[in-house]
This record gives sequence, C-alpha cells and structure tokens, in this order.
Amino acid sequence: MKGRRRFNAFVAQRIFLCDSVQHQRGRPRALFITPHKSETHNLQQHHRYFDAKQMSSIMRKHDSPSTRPFLWAAFLLVKPALSRAWAQTKHTPPSIFAPASTPAHEIFGLSMFVLAITGGIFVVVGGLLTFAIIRYRSRKDDDASEPPQIYGSVQVELAWTVVPVLIVVVLFLTTARIIFAVQDAPEPKDALDVTVVGHQFWWEFRYPKLGIVTANELHVPVKQATFLHLLSADVMHSFWVPELAGKTDLIPNHPNDMWIAPQRTGLFLGQCAQFCGPEHAKMLLRVYVDTPEEFQAWVKDQQQPAVDDAAVAAGRHLFETQACTNCHAVNGTAAIGTFGPDLTHLATRDTIAAGAVKNTPQDLHEWIKDPAHFKEGVLMPAMQLSDPQIDQLVAYLDTLK
Amino acid sequence: MADQPFPIAGSLDVTPPRVREQMTVGEWLHAWVVTVDHKRLGILYIVYAIFFLLVAGAEALAVRIQLARPDNHFLTADVYDRMFTMHGTTMVFLVGMPILFGFGNYLVPIMIGARDMAFPRLNAFSFWLTAFGGLLLYYSFIGGYGLYGMGNAPDVMWLAYAPLTEKAFSPGHTMDYWALSLILSGFGTLGTAINIIATALSMRCRGMTLFRMPLFVWLMLVTSALTLITITPLTAAQIMLVIDRYLGGHFFDTQAGGSAMIWLHFFWIFGHPEVYVLVLPAFGMANEIIPVFSRKAIFGYPAMAAASIGIAFVSTGVWAHHMFTVGMTSVGNTFFVLSTMVVGIPTGIKIFNWLATLWGGKIQFRPPMLFCLAFLFQFLIAGLTGIMLSVAPWNWQLHNSYFVIAHFHYVLVGAIVFCIFAGIYYWYPKAIGRMLDETLAKWHFWLFLIGFHVTFDTMHFAGFLGMPRSIYTYEADRGWGTLNMIVSIGGFIQAIAVLIFAYNLIHSYFRGRIAGNDPWDAWTLEWSTPSPPPVYNFATDPVVHSRRPLWDLKHPEDPDWKYE
Repeated sequence: MKGRRRFNAFVAQRIFLCDSVQHQRGRPRALFITPHKSETHNLQQHHRYFDAKQMSSIMRKHDSPSTRPFLWAAFLLVKPALSRAWAQTKHTPPSIFAPASTPAHEIFGLSMFVLAITGGIFVVVGGLLTFAIIRYRSRKDDDASEPPQIYGSVQVELAWTVVPVLIVVVLFLTTARIIFAVQDAPEPKDALDVTVVGHQFWWEFRYPKLGIVTANELHVPVKQATFLHLLSADVMHSFWVPELAGKTDLIPNHPNDMWIAPQRTGLFLGQCAQFCGPEHAKMLLRVYVDTPEEFQAWVKDQQQPAVDDAAVAAGRHLFETQACTNCHAVNGTAAIGTFGPDLTHLATRDTIAAGAVKNTPQDLHEWIKDPAHFKEGVLMPAMQLSDPQIDQLVAYLDTLK
Repeated sequence: MADQPFPIAGSLDVTPPRVREQMTVGEWLHAWVVTVDHKRLGILYIVYAIFFLLVAGAEALAVRIQLARPDNHFLTADVYDRMFTMHGTTMVFLVGMPILFGFGNYLVPIMIGARDMAFPRLNAFSFWLTAFGGLLLYYSFIGGYGLYGMGNAPDVMWLAYAPLTEKAFSPGHTMDYWALSLILSGFGTLGTAINIIATALSMRCRGMTLFRMPLFVWLMLVTSALTLITITPLTAAQIMLVIDRYLGGHFFDTQAGGSAMIWLHFFWIFGHPEVYVLVLPAFGMANEIIPVFSRKAIFGYPAMAAASIGIAFVSTGVWAHHMFTVGMTSVGNTFFVLSTMVVGIPTGIKIFNWLATLWGGKIQFRPPMLFCLAFLFQFLIAGLTGIMLSVAPWNWQLHNSYFVIAHFHYVLVGAIVFCIFAGIYYWYPKAIGRMLDETLAKWHFWLFLIGFHVTFDTMHFAGFLGMPRSIYTYEADRGWGTLNMIVSIGGFIQAIAVLIFAYNLIHSYFRGRIAGNDPWDAWTLEWSTPSPPPVYNFATDPVVHSRRPLWDLKHPEDPDWKYE
C-alpha cells in the first residue's frame, strides 16, 4: 500500500506540475486526480478522470510563454503529417512532442527545459562567434602588421569554466529527479500487467492475470497504469511508442520493465527501435488506448476460446493439418505453436504482419500465398497451397473474432 | 618573406633529385611499398582513407535513395542492411582512424623537429596491417558465404549487437570477415598509437619541451594514449565473438545462457572513447589552423592541453550513456548522466578558447579557415545535442532515433570531416609542393556546407517524429516522407562537393600554383622545411625557444619566448 501511495503521489505530482493553479500539490491521493480541489478521491472508489478537453486546457495553462514557441514548433512539425493518416483508423503520426501518457509527459517537460537551456547557450555562444568573425575579419585597407598577441588570461578562463559547471549542476539535478521518479515508481495494485515478448519481426503480448495472449496490437485502458515486462525470444529489440513513453530494450536473458499511464484514448503508433535483423523496419507497434468499458469488452472477447463455425470447417481442417500449427496457436484447437503470433482472435485485429499489412481477406490471401511479398525477410515461409485452399483458410481465419 | 628558408631548418635537401627522375613505374611503386618514411606512410594512410571515403559515401547515397520515399524498393532489405553496416564500419575504421593517424604520422615528427617516427618499421607494419584489414572487410562482398553464395557483407549495424552476430542469427562468414578485419586493423592502430606516443615523448628537438609542443602534437599524444585504452576491449570482444562462432563458446550466446549485455559494455567502452579518438586530432588541426588565419597565438595553450587530457580522462567513464535504454538501475543511469555532462565542461573551455583566439585577430577567410569556422558552429550544435542526449529520460525518447543519427553525424562530419578538409587544404601545399585551387575549394566549401545542413539539420526533426535508425523503409502514414526526401537531396549536394574536392586534389597535383616553403605565413616547424620536405626533414637538428619558433624568427623584436 505504501508503494502504491508513492507511485500515485508521483503520477499526481507530475500532473499537478502541469497545472499552475492547482492547490492540491501537497496531498495527491489518487492515480489520476481531477483539477477540482473540492473533490476527494480514493482508488477503491469511483475515479474521476480528465477528459482530453480538460487535459488540453490544463496544458494550455501550463505552457508558460517560455515553452509556447516549442509547443508551436512541435505542432507545426506534426501538422503536415496529419493529413496523410490511414483513412479507416484514426491516429496521429508519432511525435515525442505530443505526449499522451505519464512518462512521456515528464520527458516532454524535461526536454523543454533542456531545450531552453541549450538554446540559450547556442544563441549566446553562436552570437559571440558570429560577432567575432565579422568584427575581426581582415580588411582590404589593412596594413600588413600582426594584431596584438594575447596568450591567455587566467581570470577569463576561470570564469568560463565556472559557468558551464553551474549549468551542468542544474541540468544534472533536474535530470536525476525525473530518472528516479520514472524508473523507481512502484507498481500500483490496480495496474495492468502485460508481458511483452520480442520476436524476430513481431510482438507477443501476454496478459498473465487476464489469461490473454495476442500479438502486435496492444490494448490498454485509459487512465490506468500498465506495467510492461519486457522479454526477448531471440535478439535485442526495443519497445518505443513516442507518445506514451521512452523506449526500453527487450534483451534475451535480461528482463526489463517499463510502464505507461495514458491520459487519453486513441491509437498510438510505434515500432521496434533496435536493429534486430532484415525486417526490423516492419516490426511495427500499435497501442490502442481504450475507454475502461471498451477495454473490458475487449478483454471479455479475447478470453473466449476461438469461434468454432461449422461453415468454415474445411478451412479449419486445412489449418490444423498443415504446417500452420507448427508456429501458430488457436485456443481451443489442435494448434498450439508458439513460434508465430497467436491467431485465436486474429479477425479482431486491424493489421497482420506486425502492422505492415491491413487485415483484409485479400491481403490475408496474398500474405499466406507469399509472405515475402509484403515482408521480404519474414520468417514465415510461403505455404505452397492452391488458391482455393487459401480461400478456405482465409474464410476460416476471418471467423476468428 | 614567406618564401625565405629559415636558418632553423638547415634545409639541405639530401635526396639527390636525379634519383626520382630515373625511376621506372615499378621502382616507383616498390619505393612506396617498402617505404618507412613517416611522410610517405602518412600520405599512404590519407590516400587509403580518401579512397574508402568515396566508397562509404557511395554506400550512404544508396541508403539515401532507398529512404527518399516511403515504401521504396530501390534496395532490398538485405542489401540495405549491408550498405548501412558497411557505411558505418568503413567510415569509422577505414576512413576516420586511418586519415587522422595519417595526419599524425606526417605531422608529429616534423612538428617536433624529428627526422622520423621513433619506430619507422613498426610504422610501416601498422599501415599495412590496417590496409589489409580494410581489404579483408571488403572481401566479404565476395567471400561472405564462401564459394557457393557470392556477394554478401556484414548486415548487423556497425555496432553489431549480440546475439544477432551469433551463428544462429548470422550464418555464413560475413561476421567472421567483420570481426577478423577489425582485429587486424585494430593491431595496426595500436602499433601506430605506441609509435606516436614514443615519438612525442622521446624524439623532440632541443628546446622543444612538452609545453612547447604544437597543440596538434599534444592532441595526437592524448589520442594515442586513449587508443591504447579503447582498442583493447574492442579486440577482446571480437575475440570472444570469434570464439563463440568457431569454438562453440557462449559469451554472447543467449540461447545457452550467454549475455547480450557483455557485448554492449565491451563495445561501448571502446565505442565512446573512440568518438574522442576521432575528434581530438580534428581539434588538433583546428588548434593549428585557427591561430594562423586569425594571426594570433592560440588563447590559453595550457588550458587547451589540459582540457584535452580532461576530455580523454572523462571519456573513459561515460560509455553507458549509449545504454540508457537497456534497463540499468536508476543509480547507474544517474552516474552516467553526470559523467557525460561533465565532458561538456572541458569541451566548452575549448570552444571559448577558440572564440578568444578569433577575438581581436585579423581573420583571413582562406579555405582551411572557412572549414574551421564552420566546424566551430557545427561542433557547438553537436555539443548541445549531446547534452540533450545525456539527459537520460529524454534519451529514452531520442535513443536510436534519427536524432541520434543527426547528432553523431554532426560530430563526425560537421566537426571531424570539416577539420580534415581544413587540414588537407592547409597541409597539402607542404606535402605536395603545390597549392590547391582556391576557387574549386570555395565551391567545395559552400556546396558541402549547404548539403551538410540540408541533410543533418533535417534529420533531427525526423527523430522528433519517432523515426528509428536502421530501418530500410517506412510506412507513408508515419509522416516522414518529406523530411527524408530533403535529407536525401542534401546527401547528393554533399556528394557533388566531395567530387569537386577529389578533382581538385588531382588537378592541383599537376597544375597547382607552386607553394613555396611557407605559403600561409605560419609558425610551426614544418613550414621551415622545403615543400615537399626532404626524406630527413631537417639536415641539422633545429633548436626552438618557444611554442612558435617561426614567429620568433620572423619577429626578432617581439619573440614569443619573452612571454611564455
């Protein structure tokens, strides 16, 4: 309980840092606290959360004149890309300057602070350099004499040693505070646990407390902490969704942990950030931050065994008697392979091939026929089936909702 | 005055000129292969490095064409991975190290008034080890899969993180070529480093105390000492990798209980100081060039030497800032944040001292100085983005993104390559005897400057938008298309500039204006010898009384030794 309180205090404090008019800074109690000071909260009771509007109004209050230009710069960077989003799924292109989750928020705040300091240094030193180069250039009407020779000055050199030392002290202390706050935040009891296993070119997500195994598309509830336990089945990978948190590597024989606590719903894109072989580029990540109700519905659906539809028995028979089962599992059938993604609820996913291909019957057909067409370095072999066989298979897979 | 030989040099050319004229091509080639002359070996290093600069540059262009548009199919994933791996490996080990040790070889003895390196034969041996290391690496394009699968090359990034390099994930022989060639060229580098240390410490002429050495020699001395520390763990790691691959070892074999972390630590204990091994000689060149073209002594010589030692010392304790995302403890991360930020202090001192050297001078915008001035700005930015990356939480976002690519290219190109170009424009007249064409030099400078900024400034923004490094393609919906197109265009502008430079090198070799002994009116000993210098540099040992012996001779009324 003590551990949870420390975590909550941390999260709440982070949020209050964003809100200069907030009066509760000293006594935060819940994981997510509304900005209304009259309301008290308890984790065991009903939670009142920020909605996106409230959040953005708080962000507006928080962005002091000094940080506003950076926010605008960030916005301008993101904006042109917005128009090219996939039509059918609503998401924004990734950006580290559009945080939507608690650790990403802290990093964003810190990064603005560091950007301001380094920007200041650049303006001062760059300005002095420019001035010196223009002011002390040799001129045409110059006599050939040499300028006065100056060999150094202890006082001046001491001065410009002390100033960087002071800047380093400030930067270091600010950084250390956020490192401890993010890394050593204890896990609250109501946090969702997910085990992430990196495979060559796809992600396995296991929800041990909920009994769910899925792939490539992570679902988490909004306004609740999700703790990710990171493992690797083969080589090094790295889990990175810029809007939610910084990256953490998945290293074989070296389990890691990270956490996110998203503040708004939506689809957030990321991808593997550590070179892991030929298809590193197409090891994409999709994180769906759902409302609590949506998430509960999704959990309930995923916990069911696979749909058994007699209309596609031929396809199921094919699936169970071909090499598919060597690598893939479908809960409730003979397929228990673990080398490839679990397909029990394949039809509920928007994409296949670790986010590289849309999950449509046509693309699924193409994929089974020749996976390398989409992902040339993929480890799944072409299955050498006839077109009618693949059609039966796709019909079966499409029922796995 | 500039073309007068100075009595200090005793500049008797002891090489009978007839010998050179009578040589056949075979004899000429033989003379270059068996040479132990530090100047010829220096030139060999630099020519070798420029050749590989063009090769690795071509690889970078292939990478840039592939990334110019989303979902592009110019290269397959495999070929792309080979290209960017070979680009990185080549640029670091076959371009950066050889060219800087080439400058060290050429300049250290002549700057300290010596006739050759301390160990001339070791010097030649080191060069040929490095050279064959490079050939071995490129032979993997032919022998990568043995006889039956021609045409492969290492494809695991130049960082070669375990366990991707193990037999299970990298079958064939490409990793073997990679590991063995780096071991081989690593031994060559060690030999040169030992040689430079011995030369700087024991071969100085009369009057040349340690604190009268030109700063370039100081920087080469510090670099060489750092090389001894850094190459060792790299070689150890490569040997472990070879043991894993050939003798069934399990150092990095995670499937059998090995550790991926061991490779990370060994590689970065090498890898980070390696950055300073590359950048310190570049600083050394700037330390020589900026004063001459500002017409002032370097400001704060002792502080510059001390800051170099400080950077080298601290840089051995910062390696894990490349590993903020591998899950170290918060205390570990905090330590490496501090040590990394501390590097900023001596680096800041250097920038301020260069600024103070410019201050009150009469700055001449000749080609070497143009490159050095651009270097100052770019190194300032590289240092500041380095501070950003040292902030561990922000590093969790920026690590392995295009921001990091932009940052280290700002260091490696914006600082080091700019200084190397400055150095070539500055010392080419000494080594060849002819000036490089100044109009072509200015075309080279401005095109390269524009290309550099178009490319690498833009890359920072791709990093902010979440583009990870080493991906061979990306989805159109990520919004990185425009940025990458701009980056690629900048790459081609740089390529045009480098071709102009290469043409200038050859053109001026035959057509350049005769340089004379001292075309820049400079102050260090190499300018007292004829251009090119005779084999023995100085017929009689010079005697110096200050850090700027030629200044003393040119200004007998106001010599430096009165003030030091």
